[in-house]
Amino acid sequence: MGGWHRKHIIALKDLSRKEIETIFETARNFKEIAQREVKKTPALRGRTVINLFFESSTRTRISFELAAKRLSADVLNFSPSTSSLSKGESVIDTIKNLESYHPDIFVIRLGLSAFLDTLKRYTQASIINAGDGKNEHPTQALLDMFTTHQIKGTLENLKVLIVGDILHSRVARSNIFGFQKFSSSVRVCGPHTLIPYEFEKMGVKVFYDLSEAIKDVDVVIMLRIQRERQKEVFFPSIREYVEKFSLNPQRLKKAKDNCLIMHPGPINWDVEISSSLKKRLHPVILQQVENGLAIRMAILYLIGTQKKSDEDIN
Amino acid sequence: MEGFREKTCVLSNEGIKRALYRLAHQILERTPSTEELVLLGIQTRGVFLAKRLQRIIEEIEGVNLPLGILDITLYRDDLTTIDYSPVVKETKINFDINDKVVVLVDDVLFTGRTIRAALDEIIDFGRPKRVELLVLIDRGHRELPIRADFVGKNIPTSQTEIVEVRLKEIDNKEEVVILEAIN
Repeated sequence: MGGWHRKHIIALKDLSRKEIETIFETARNFKEIAQREVKKTPALRGRTVINLFFESSTRTRISFELAAKRLSADVLNFSPSTSSLSKGESVIDTIKNLESYHPDIFVIRLGLSAFLDTLKRYTQASIINAGDGKNEHPTQALLDMFTTHQIKGTLENLKVLIVGDILHSRVARSNIFGFQKFSSSVRVCGPHTLIPYEFEKMGVKVFYDLSEAIKDVDVVIMLRIQRERQKEVFFPSIREYVEKFSLNPQRLKKAKDNCLIMHPGPINWDVEISSSLKKRLHPVILQQVENGLAIRMAILYLIGTQKKSDEDIN
Repeated sequence: MEGFREKTCVLSNEGIKRALYRLAHQILERTPSTEELVLLGIQTRGVFLAKRLQRIIEEIEGVNLPLGILDITLYRDDLTTIDYSPVVKETKINFDINDKVVVLVDDVLFTGRTIRAALDEIIDFGRPKRVELLVLIDRGHRELPIRADFVGKNIPTSQTEIVEVRLKEIDNKEEVVILEAIN
């Protein structure tokens, strides 16, 4: 019977296929709660969830916040602009301080890559990764996979293409780990400067030409060009990027029929994707948002209902 | 079940069938206005029993009562004390329960804690006119002030025994047995 024993969700890399399936099964059954007259269940009553966002985020944070509230947890939102972090308090000090409130779960977004494994030594609470640097964004990948499963009916043996700023993308990394666990093959495509060398070692096919990369794919995940991270120049101009890597109807024709297009949002229209595809993308994006809530509820539930005393090895 | 052996069979295939027909008649006797009636089966075996009652009532009255599925996991009072997070199953109520007579269906009534959870969950869907409880087996040992309105069979048991309702839909068998621990 559903033996969930993991205390933290830090990386999709660590999750087994079985664990991912348990999250999906739980999420599927959580979707109905949004239809009730009272959109709330008492499963996490008396538990405290702290949303600790050292990097700005609106979508992920409100999704986690609503997910926790729908399960009756008490939610505290904490972000650096309103905190003493600007006064030089370190991330570890912040965690230690908040620990005095005896929280049960920290949902953390952090600019540093792969630091959460260190952080968990400083708290009794569970940690859920809401995006850590260039490392992983497990809940985003899970909701992409969940949406794919809903629409395609399977996660197996699909050809998945991820396009854009692969270098800065924790979403890309998490999706690669996730889809590969279901024997789907992943390709990435983007400018040379935005695809780090290490990706080839992850068993991923690398393309530098979108028209070539998109041939026969079942799923396309478009990444946002993160202008805020473009302080260094990775490609000459947005115009050149659009010319080479923007998804438009002509390029899409080369993919399989009914190819699923997803985007984690927010979209720069006519940069990553031609605005003529708006109609096609819109319903999928709404479905992604709805699924994101269900996935986060599922994770909070599975982690939050564990026995507190469990000294977990994970 | 490991560490347990069958002690007695308390209800046979035929016995279950007769009990369900009688229970269907009792539901209709208490609430003749079938447009008020809705059935809610508690996961997992309560759902199958509710489906059978729906079929029998259609046979008797020619009406197809609305049938909902209730999973009470999120309302359990032991969620944080048991070792694992129990699997959340489907809940599906596609109709309005406001001002309806809800017949809540489960296989075994024991401590009453499942029913307490179910009542709390039902209220999150609306305000029924009345909630009635139907169980195939009442085995006693209540820990809460809860009682069934319709009972298939009362079976005295000891605390340590297990009552297992086996239905052909999922168990490939049709019987109710008492299991006792092997010492």
